[in-house]
This record gives sequence, structure tokens and C-alpha cells, in this order.
Amino acid sequence: MSEHGGTELWLRQIAAVLRLEMKKTFFSKRGWWIYCLAAGPVLITLLHWWVFESRRVGGAFNHRLGDDSIAFAALFQFFYLRATIFFGCMGIFSNLFRGEMLEKALHYYYLVPMRRELLAIGKYLAGLSVALVLFVGSTAAAFLTIGRHFGPAWSDYLYHGPGLSQLGSYMLVAALASIGYGAVFLLCGLFFRNPMIPAAVVFVWENLNPFLPSLLKKISVIFYLRSLCPVEVPVPPPFSVMVIDADPTPAWIAVFGLLAVSLILLAYTAISARQTEINYGE
Amino acid sequence: MSDPLVTFANVSRFYGEVLGINKVNLSIPPGITSLVGPNGSGKTTLMNLMTGLIRPTQGEITVLGIAPDHPERLCKVVGYCAQFDAFPKGLTGYQFLYWFLRLHGMSHEECDRRTSAALERVSMTAAAGRPVAAYSKGMRQRVKLAQAIAHDPQVLVLDEPLNGLDPMARAETIALFREWGQNGRHVIVSSHILHEVDQISDQVILLSQGYVVAEGAIQGVRDEVKEQPMQILVRCNDPGGLAARLFLQDHMVEAKISRDRKGLLLRTNDADSFYLLLNQVILDSGLEVESIAPADDDVNSVYQYLIGGEGATP
Repeated sequence: MSEHGGTELWLRQIAAVLRLEMKKTFFSKRGWWIYCLAAGPVLITLLHWWVFESRRVGGAFNHRLGDDSIAFAALFQFFYLRATIFFGCMGIFSNLFRGEMLEKALHYYYLVPMRRELLAIGKYLAGLSVALVLFVGSTAAAFLTIGRHFGPAWSDYLYHGPGLSQLGSYMLVAALASIGYGAVFLLCGLFFRNPMIPAAVVFVWENLNPFLPSLLKKISVIFYLRSLCPVEVPVPPPFSVMVIDADPTPAWIAVFGLLAVSLILLAYTAISARQTEINYGE
Repeated sequence: MSDPLVTFANVSRFYGEVLGINKVNLSIPPGITSLVGPNGSGKTTLMNLMTGLIRPTQGEITVLGIAPDHPERLCKVVGYCAQFDAFPKGLTGYQFLYWFLRLHGMSHEECDRRTSAALERVSMTAAAGRPVAAYSKGMRQRVKLAQAIAHDPQVLVLDEPLNGLDPMARAETIALFREWGQNGRHVIVSSHILHEVDQISDQVILLSQGYVVAEGAIQGVRDEVKEQPMQILVRCNDPGGLAARLFLQDHMVEAKISRDRKGLLLRTNDADSFYLLLNQVILDSGLEVESIAPADDDVNSVYQYLIGGEGATP
């Protein structure tokens, strides 16, 4: 261990930041809307289950298990990835630095004998822990709920069919989305006084993705996440005519590419944190 | 830590086009140093610079030989009680101190011990379990001070630390500063309350509009203000006779006899010559002198002479 650092000290400091942030932010009142976002899809699938469960009692069933699989894929790609996880990560990660600045409490962290890079990493890990619990947990809960009204057929689909594999893929994608968007919004929170502006730009870019040329498609998080999703969602007309197809990315490239990009963004944020000053706008 | 000084070498800081401080050169020795100046004079900028919260636009700063852009080294030796009356959300007083000590990398036992000791030092033990958000202004000020001293720093920087404190807490806090200053540490304090600064300071730094206008022990600073005659109060049995003798000298500017007819307030351009003459008068006439004391070598007078007094509370 060197005089001013050493891996053991750094790990202790990162763990302390993580625990302090978790204590302050997990289930805090400030994050109520993020919990609502995470609970939203679960409520939708619970409602779906309840409606079809009541119809099953009446004997009338007008859809197949495969329809629910596609319905969940659509819910996941268009609601989870583009709204729940995107805005949830924006709320969690952009507040890790910006929220402290707004509350005029960031200087307490900056007055600790700790490398600012470690502070950024600790805060990111705290945000990621919360995001993973909320969004991966919510994804699993919603998936397990959506087909329950099929009874034994759903259990068979889960345990003897592709169900568990699909669940694993969705959970992986939700985790990767949290990692990727988390890194993007941590950076935004450090650099922008109002992270809503860069968030809006990223949101528009991510949602234009299906209509972009194949080269531009690849400069986004959603492109790689979609290629990891286990069920394809057909784009309905008239949007289908505007969609530009691109070669799907192999899963390992998508996973490692996203992790690498996230790591680069996190490293840039951590190094930049060293240069930031306390300016509460007074 | 071979360098015992806090030094500023030609340091300037601008906020866009707005001047924070300009071309500041300082060497602050251990002891209690007060930064005095009106709002906007640059006191907080100076403190934020020496604690690494902001960076200089130009120039170099070292704190006990450490540059402030190395927080992992600097913040081991510096404690800063900033002016911001804000705290991380959702923590009790104990948790506030404990968790920020944990960020230093200390063990649970060490943090617990230091937290309890620091809270005890500022008489906050009884309120330690209550949320900081429920504290009064004075309690918040004290818990901030506890947080600044909890890691036992060599340099304690305090921005308006007496704000919001009741008289008892003020006295305790001033006693704490004195104890730290006498232990060979740096205690750097900014304050508007000049008579309190006067009581506690080993030296003062007077700031105006981003410039250091004077620094040093307050008597020394006063001596350098040549254009303002020194005021001296002599309590004696014959102030009228003394005034008559003194006015034969060129350096005497003014003399006022007090209402009780036992005091003489003098203004002179040459204090050394005055004291020599006074000795002579005592020997020649048998004048009985009760006391002799400078009447304007306090911070307030010097501040008035140098800065004009705007924004300060005498």
C-alpha cells in the first residue's frame, strides 16, 4: 500500500460511498416517481393477468400464449427500455452529483481525503445497485406475471420451454440498459446544470433509431439492447415502411460493446470529477 | 510536512469576468488568523481556494506544502466548516459525522470514537440521534464544526463559524479556537463580528474588493497606517497639565479630556516620541499615571481606516 492510496483503502472508500449513497437515496421520498416507473409495467401485467383470469373463469379466451410473449416483448422494448429504464436511470444517476449540487452538500464529499475518481465510481455503483434491484426485479416480476392466467401451460412454457431463457435475456438486457444509461446520465449530471436537456437529446436519438441508416443506428444504446432481446416485435404500419433494417449484432459484441462504452464513459466521468469545482451558483 | 505555512503566491481567481481575488500573496503561520472584509471582499473565495473546492485562475497555493489539487492528501490535514447551511439528506447528527469519517477509510470503531469525541467537543452529544434537518441554526453550525474537527486536522478553516451561535456556544467555540491555535495548528477564521475577531486573532488579513490591503498582527498593521494619527488613552491625576505639556510638541494632533477629568485621549503622529515625552513629564512633574493604552489598535479601527467600514459589524 502506498502512502496516499492502496487498493485496500480505495475499496474501503468506494464501499463507504456506496453504503452512504444507498442509505441516503434508496427508498427516499425524492425517488417516488422512479419507483412508480418501475412498478408501472408490473401493474400492467398484473391487470392483464386479472382480466384474463376472470375471462378464463367464464371460459372465453381469445388469445394464445405466444401472443403474450410478443406482448411482453413490445412492453419491454417500447415501455421498459424507452421509458422506465431510460427515465429511471436519468432520475437516479443524474442526481448523484447534480442532486448534491442542488442541495449544496457536494462539498462534504469533496473535503474528504479520497480521490474524486473513487467518489464517482462509488456513486455510480450505488446508483447501479438501486437500478438493478428496481429494473431487473421489475422485469422479472412482470415477465412471470404476464402469462400466469394460462396456468399449467405457462409453467410448462417457463420450465420446459423457452420461458426461463427469455426471462434471463430480458433480465440481462435490463441490467445492461441500467449499466449503459447509468454511465450516460452520471456524465450528464456532472457536466450539465440541467440534465433534462442532454436527456431529451439522447431520448430523441434513441427513439429515432429504427429509422436511422444502419451506420448511425450503431451509435446508440438501444440498438445493441434490441439485438439482445429474445423476441422480435413486428413494427406496425405505417411506421414499418420507414424502418431501415440493419444486420443484427452478435450477442457477445453487443454485450461487450455496451460494457466497454459504459466503462469509457465512467472513466471519463471519474477523471472529469477530479477537475470539477464547487459552484452552487451563488 | 516540512512546510508549516499556508501560502498564496500571486493567486488570482475570476468568476467569468467577476473578480474573486486578485494577485494575493500570503504566508499564513500557525495560530489563529482572521480574514476580515465586507461582503464580496474575497474571504470565502480565499477559503475555497485553500481547501481545493475551487481552483485559482493563476498563481500557486500550498497548504503545509500540499497543493490543493490533491484532495486525497490535502483533506487529511484540512478541516473546513463552510458557510453553506446545507447537509446531506436523511442523516442524523451522528450519522453525518460517522459516514463522512468512513469515507476517509477509517474502521467502524475509529469512526465511532472520533464521532463521539467531536460531538462531545461541541456539546452536541444529546442531540446526536436527531435528524440534522430538525436542528436549530446554532446546532447546525455546531455539528458542521464537529464535522470539520472530527479527523483532527492541522489546518482548520472556518467561514463565519460564530453565526447563529448563542453567547454560551460562542464562548465555547472561541475557547476551542484558542486551544487549537495554541497547539500549533492553523485556525483560519472569517468573521464580520470584529470585536470577536479582535479577541481571538493572532493575526488578521484585511481584504477589500478582492485585494489584501493589510496582514499581520493587528498592532503591527495599525502601526503601518501612518496617515491616521495613533490614539492613546492616558488615565492620570492631571490630564489638563499633561495636555498643556504635550501640545508644545509638533506631533500632537488632538487631545480630549474625559468627563470624569481623569482621562486624556490623545492623537499623535509619532507614538514613540509621545511615550518618551510622557516618561519625561512623569519624572519632571510627578504625574500619577493610572493606565496608558492604545485606543485604536483594534481590528475595528484598522478596518475603518483601511477599508472605510462598509459591510462590517463593529
